[in-house]
Amino acid sequence: MKLDYLDQLESEAIHIMREVAGQFERPALLFSGGKDSITLVHLALKAFRPGKLPFPLVHIDTGHNFQEALDFRDNLAASIGERLIVRYVEDTIREKKLKEPTGRNATRNGLQTFTLLDTIEEFEFDACIGGARRDEEKARAKERVFSVRDEFGSWDPKRQRPELWNLYNGRIHKGENVRVFPISNWTELDVWNYIRREKIELPSIYFAHERELLVRDGKLMATAGGVIKPEPDDQLVTRRVRFRTVGDISCTAASESGADTLDAVIAEIQATRISERGETRMDDQLSEAAMEDRKKGGYF
Amino acid sequence: MDLLRFITAGSVDDGKSTLIGRLLYDSKSILADQLEAIERASKSRDDGEIDLALLTDGLRSEREQGITIDVAYRYFQTPVRKFIIVDAPGHIQYTRNMVTGASNCQLAIVLVDARHGVVEQTRRHSLIASLLGIPHIVVAVNKMDLVNYSQDVFSDICIQYAELAKKLNVHQVTYIPMSALNGDNVVDKSSAMSWYEGATLLEHLETVAIDDDTEGITEDHHPAWPGLARFPVQYVIRPQTAELHDYRGYAGKITSGLFRKGDTITVFPSGETSTIDAIEIAEKHLDEAASPMSVVLHLATDIDISRGDLIVRSDNQPISSQTVEAMLCWMDTKEFKVGNKYLLQVGTFRTRCSVREIAYQLNVNTYEETPDVDNLKLNDLAKVVLRTAQPVSFDPYQKNRATGGAILIDETSNVTVGALMLLGEA
Repeated sequence: MKLDYLDQLESEAIHIMREVAGQFERPALLFSGGKDSITLVHLALKAFRPGKLPFPLVHIDTGHNFQEALDFRDNLAASIGERLIVRYVEDTIREKKLKEPTGRNATRNGLQTFTLLDTIEEFEFDACIGGARRDEEKARAKERVFSVRDEFGSWDPKRQRPELWNLYNGRIHKGENVRVFPISNWTELDVWNYIRREKIELPSIYFAHERELLVRDGKLMATAGGVIKPEPDDQLVTRRVRFRTVGDISCTAASESGADTLDAVIAEIQATRISERGETRMDDQLSEAAMEDRKKGGYF
Repeated sequence: MDLLRFITAGSVDDGKSTLIGRLLYDSKSILADQLEAIERASKSRDDGEIDLALLTDGLRSEREQGITIDVAYRYFQTPVRKFIIVDAPGHIQYTRNMVTGASNCQLAIVLVDARHGVVEQTRRHSLIASLLGIPHIVVAVNKMDLVNYSQDVFSDICIQYAELAKKLNVHQVTYIPMSALNGDNVVDKSSAMSWYEGATLLEHLETVAIDDDTEGITEDHHPAWPGLARFPVQYVIRPQTAELHDYRGYAGKITSGLFRKGDTITVFPSGETSTIDAIEIAEKHLDEAASPMSVVLHLATDIDISRGDLIVRSDNQPISSQTVEAMLCWMDTKEFKVGNKYLLQVGTFRTRCSVREIAYQLNVNTYEETPDVDNLKLNDLAKVVLRTAQPVSFDPYQKNRATGGAILIDETSNVTVGALMLLGEA
């Protein structure tokens, strides 16, 4: 009995989730309504049903999210009957009098870290399960499945714990927490193949649709919600697009596509010559070590 | 499609990162924007041409120093197989990272610089591969372009390595002459080495048989170890709702062997027995399930089982003992000493232990054993004897990686400080 690689990856992810349930007192699953965290929820149900999930779903809402993703998030949480906790970057900005980035490519994405750390403190979460994958980015390729963070949420790549066989060590001191990445070993294509195999539903913006956008620095940015203020040299266009990742509107670009089914999306990803983050994430391109620096600062 | 996890090992300048870069580049697994990014980085460093090594050195300090510090994981696939590359640092001070990387691998590529032949690092990396029970070794004789693609040089290195391999526990060694820099025999056959008739590295990776490895064995595939069925309990699922009042499922991953409905099982450490009533995976019932499946087991009788217990098929039982002999790779900057106490973790089971004896220290370069050692330092390898607070259930590592591999945890720092390959009862 040799398992197919998707079965192997699924089994590994379920094993990691159960380690979280077995080793921590107050875990949480960070859930944004994007394809990776939707996959995590699906895996969690496989790991713990018919029991309740041993953790709530937690969303850090930047206030700049796609409405389709938010609606999907709420519907999914309601349909599986699990607890959803939402905390708003907007509130953190007001309470802490944070200075919002301004200017042409301003994004609230970095401010999420403050709200996340406050939320971890508020609920005393000792483990946060997340949907990061090592194939996304070179700094993530270095990260362990159990990533220990200090009380400031900081990641220190030089002081990572050895992670041997399938033994995970989640022992921490009070105030520390562990970020756990059950789909570390999955690639973008694995996630999509799994979504197709398991018939997992996704928000509509992952599939081709007509949308009004503005063209800025060669990227197609959503005008939805008025998050991005058009400037005189921005060109407003209507295009048939889909989103390859679903993050904060201010730093997530759309790609032109006619792929309106899962098969078509998978065919498109198999043929692409551009990586997921390279195509869509503006925040990773700020410097050669942008992601690493954000993670050291407590970013997810 | 199946999955092969392999590690690349080699000295700092053997061209490991270049080899991985070449493997990804020639198998068209690098996307255009990633290539542009390393082109930009190569230019800003004024290296002249594209430095494929920049693909793998992802951390700021790694790029600053031009070396690999920590294990990184890369993914690629061909129409035949999916691959996880475990990219481990070659530098001596990072031996623990190599052990970390090697623990899950089925194959190790040991790079040898054709100009230098078998050196200390080759011996160290081969020893670690052997201790960790990696069944397949590829000796990649790299930089053949710098020795005029000489067949004699290659043959000499094969002879040197074969001599070394005799002292190790490795099953299969394959030798491939190559130039990672120029792409000879990595993905494409080399025209400069027409004397070499074997497979290129990628062909070998695609075709090497991994069915006989301990991970995932079943009776059908591995008659030598019938029913080495092991299931460490991770979590007990008890909904306690009105309609599922009596539901009690033991959640875990089958780490080796095969379980069938109706099998008689024994629970360790209690020694209680029962039979398997049902095997569930995502609420679907199965008649049998094998490693590496994550499942839920139901037993015919209510016995006391919790996280940390080990369920096995009664016809093949593990060792259960409070004194354990093991090979240790020490991974902490604090010394390991006789009398010290640690937490020992095997599977999901944790217990306190104390160090009774360091039987000998193993020289990673000469393979010599030095007896009567008082303490160990970072990256030392040794045979040790531990005394545990509660009986530990395990299998010898060479028989079963899943239940023979263990870690030591420092109770004050909480850090994982040691990797143990359990040998047997002391």
